[in-house]
Amino acid sequence: MKVKRDIEFLEKVEELSGQSVNACIRCGTCSAGCPFVEEMDVLPERIFKKIVLGDKEGILEKNTMWICAACFTCSVRCPRDIDIAKIMEAVRQIMLREDIDMVDIENIDNIRELPQLAIVGCFRKETG
Amino acid sequence: MEGYLYYPGCTLKTKASDYEESAMAVMEALGKPLVEMDDWYCCGAVQSLTTDDLMHQLAPIRTMCCAQEQGEKELVTLCDMCYNVLKQANERVRENPDDLETMNEFQDEDPDYLAEVEIYHLFQILQDMKDDIKKKIVNPLSSLRVTPYYGCMLLRPEKAAIDDTEDPSVMEELLELTGAEVIDNPKRTECCGSYHTVNRSDIVEKRVKEIVGRAVEDGADVIVLSCPLCQFNLEYHQRTTEFEVPVLYLTELLALAFGISVGMKKHKIDPIKKFKEKDILE
Repeated sequence: MKVKRDIEFLEKVEELSGQSVNACIRCGTCSAGCPFVEEMDVLPERIFKKIVLGDKEGILEKNTMWICAACFTCSVRCPRDIDIAKIMEAVRQIMLREDIDMVDIENIDNIRELPQLAIVGCFRKETG
Repeated sequence: MEGYLYYPGCTLKTKASDYEESAMAVMEALGKPLVEMDDWYCCGAVQSLTTDDLMHQLAPIRTMCCAQEQGEKELVTLCDMCYNVLKQANERVRENPDDLETMNEFQDEDPDYLAEVEIYHLFQILQDMKDDIKKKIVNPLSSLRVTPYYGCMLLRPEKAAIDDTEDPSVMEELLELTGAEVIDNPKRTECCGSYHTVNRSDIVEKRVKEIVGRAVEDGADVIVLSCPLCQFNLEYHQRTTEFEVPVLYLTELLALAFGISVGMKKHKIDPIKKFKEKDILE
């Protein structure tokens, strides 16, 4: 399958994250230590390859960046010193700025039980 | 100031009031009271990580500016998420003076923030007071098996770490002072699922099963931590498991060992029952 190469997407990710996605050598250290990797459609290092290829559409339909909770485990372990959490945030932000909203407030049935920092944190990461 | 200027953040005033009460009582007993700031803002809970998003850096910067205007150079937080957000925002403006200038210009009715305030987590303060803590122990917790849980925000990213990112020891050292038996937990630095508790509780449930499951396997009576979100997740989501392990703030245990009756009111799993079983409380 041919991928439409969206170089602007790659450039935007690098601009927003301040990181070089091309520095990734696909060693998989990020995936090996990620506590959420089982929930992800695509492993983090495969997402980087998609970013390098400019495959924005291919990333849009995956859940990887929404599963990442910015715990920074991969960021402190990356042998190439890539702050991976910042790349995931950049991808989230590109989506959120296109009016994609991941939180359905009506369906949070235990909202009164939740501590404030959970709600604020979730809205910060998943709404535009 | 006799004690330390203290930034509470939102959750410490409500859902995590057990933490605030016990930390206040412990620091008072140690002769270094926590004094709440005259004015402060919600930090935003999670650090905004994109290069162009200064708007979400404003709240932590304004809070640190309030500390500066109170004439203090040190600001102490209890909540791990507040600590992490303030610390990262502070380091960011130190590394990017242009960002600070932009924010100072935007906040033209407030004084300029000079980036001279230092952010501390309470554990860093307690770490330097071990001799004083030892002297205050009147109710040693020798029958109790405790396991520390660090989570993420005290250790990562590196510039916000209060200890070794992979092999921390500050909590173990503080817990040993109480006389409790400290049990190693290899899951202690793994994320609990964080804000996914809002709309992906299935993810958090899996994490809790692993983290608490390991603590149970190793024979821990209680789990000890300092993040109000981890505390909520690790206790609340045990309802989907067969476990019943109380999750306490470290200062609640210290207060107990100091013989001070405080905190332990808002737990989903009652710690008092456990302490009675262990002859720590009557």
